[in-house]
Amino acid sequence: MKLAYWPGCVSRGFTPELHGSVEKVAPLLDLELVELDRANCCGAGVIAEHNQELVDTLNARTFAMAQSVDGAAGMMNICSTCQGAQSECQERLDASGDYRRHINTHLKGEGLAYERDADWWNKNLLWLLVEEIGLDALRERVVRPLDGLRIAPFYGCYIVRPTKRLGYADHPERDLYLDQLIAALGAEPVQYAGARKCCGFPVITMNRTTSLRQAGRHLADAIDAGADCLVTPCPLCHLNLDMQQPAAAKFVERDLDVPVLHLPQMVGLALGLEPKELGMGKHVVSTKPVVRRLQETPAAA
Amino acid sequence: MAETFTLKVRRFDPESGQAAYWRDYGVELDPERSVLDGILQIKDREDASLAIRCSCRAAICGSCGVRINGKSSLACNTRISDAAANARDGAIVVEPMGNMPVIKDLIVDMDAVHWKKVQRVVPWLLPEGEPPEREYIVPAEAMIDVTQSMACIHCGACVSACLSLEVDPDFIGPAALAKAYRFVGDPRDGATEQRLNDLAEDPHGIYDCTHCFACIEVCPKDVAPMSQIMRLRRRATGDYEIKDRNNGFGHEKAFTELIEKYGTLHEAQLVPRSFGDGSLIKGQTEPGAVKQLLESAPTALRGLRSGKVTPKKALIHPKLPDQDQVRRIFKEIDSKDERLELNLYIVGEGGGEEEGAAAEGGEER
Repeated sequence: MKLAYWPGCVSRGFTPELHGSVEKVAPLLDLELVELDRANCCGAGVIAEHNQELVDTLNARTFAMAQSVDGAAGMMNICSTCQGAQSECQERLDASGDYRRHINTHLKGEGLAYERDADWWNKNLLWLLVEEIGLDALRERVVRPLDGLRIAPFYGCYIVRPTKRLGYADHPERDLYLDQLIAALGAEPVQYAGARKCCGFPVITMNRTTSLRQAGRHLADAIDAGADCLVTPCPLCHLNLDMQQPAAAKFVERDLDVPVLHLPQMVGLALGLEPKELGMGKHVVSTKPVVRRLQETPAAA
Repeated sequence: MAETFTLKVRRFDPESGQAAYWRDYGVELDPERSVLDGILQIKDREDASLAIRCSCRAAICGSCGVRINGKSSLACNTRISDAAANARDGAIVVEPMGNMPVIKDLIVDMDAVHWKKVQRVVPWLLPEGEPPEREYIVPAEAMIDVTQSMACIHCGACVSACLSLEVDPDFIGPAALAKAYRFVGDPRDGATEQRLNDLAEDPHGIYDCTHCFACIEVCPKDVAPMSQIMRLRRRATGDYEIKDRNNGFGHEKAFTELIEKYGTLHEAQLVPRSFGDGSLIKGQTEPGAVKQLLESAPTALRGLRSGKVTPKKALIHPKLPDQDQVRRIFKEIDSKDERLELNLYIVGEGGGEEEGAAAEGGEER
């Protein structure tokens, strides 16, 4: 499957292991990724807060570039925040022809235009895995089942709310996909309170206490529910849950020390890739316990 | 035709001296009826002591806010068959709203939290100058912007669902901030800047919202409180340039300027610039910024040590190949005096589509 691929900013910035692991996993899933290397930041909610016309234009530009990739089935993103921020703009662009035409006038200079098309989509890797590849097809490709691992899903707000904007009417189980995927790969999904709550990242520079109390509380809940690690499709959540974890521990006054995987790292492990290829050494909280757990349970295949 | 449904209700009476407990009740109802109808049937037929607040039964009075299967909702506005379809173990779970103390069973103390916070934002008009001889005349267009925030029925569902309130009970919260926008956006109000200053400077004000969409998801009246908070931020930073102590201004300015310059986010610069006034040199050398920089230094060091962040990456960020186009877009739009906003609450789905609607086969999404 050929896809227009929008990696986002953070996956190439502070979580380079995310972009790297997607590039390793994609060929194993027969995904041909055409990277949108001229596309701009989605605005992450901040530009939307600053100026709506501006953020809608910036994302219309990205969509237009994706639509002009020949033979692409659609556009793929690898960040819950990109998904939510872009879906918000797409909702407005699709709702009004007048508005869309106006936004497109800003893109004329580059010869670009975003066209409303019911068959065109922009999907996070998580949605793509379940809806376009399918859990059964994925199961068949697993060479190293993640048996014995207890993994706590952490979805990221932007991919679960608001349901009306994010296509839940057509895909009502999108807020269960991460659980289903964990199970499909042979691991056990951990049920805990924080799975669909906020990691706190958006206010890390504005209210450190609120931000790290949120991250700390969800990590603690996952640990208490018996999780060996967490997994998230959002690199911004990853920053608060992994990079800030030692700081978050202070705000909830307890030890945390639980590894947090990126979604494609978890998939890659099950597809037989080595932890090093997946950049698992580039985490703040060591991922070694996860690797050790997997080695303790030898692959059945 | 009546069907049987099971309601699992959280019971609690502080005066009994007993802990809270769950009890299952069977009700017989038409699937079209509401969860509130179910609760009222329990009161009527099985246990009159079950406490709930309710009045209009038509999603107007906002009294019967509860959590149904974990989601904050109006009991009268939730069809019992829909709730049953979403129930995990067959039983519809009904519990009191969150983030507020329980008075009894399904009744929470709205005064202690919700109404106190609404009072906090001075929820009345503060007009400027001498009152006019007759009524205040406002052009209809000028009120469009605040219509959405006026739809609030004070049910407290957003307060119950708010994920910031969960960790910071002092957060002013979604309902009260939406109410604040109702007056900030009102052209008759004379205290706009004062109000914005107050809400921007409060550590538990507009910059304490983590942008989690929980309030938007649960509001039965589509008030979209988080969107109103974003409007407050837009007014505070864009119109009044309020340089608040919470870095709200600095963060927005640094973020947008970095995208204007590079096209993608230069994270290593975003953090230090956010701590000041958003600018590169001055912002980072202000005393407050330096203190916060030191606080976040361990995190930066951890990033370097893990190999995620290299010194080169921290210093040099590449521009996009067509960055001049991104810059042109910024200039075209940001330099205009008026901001163009498409408010879907007013426009509605498919509004303004004209000839496009027919050609594209309708606008329902």
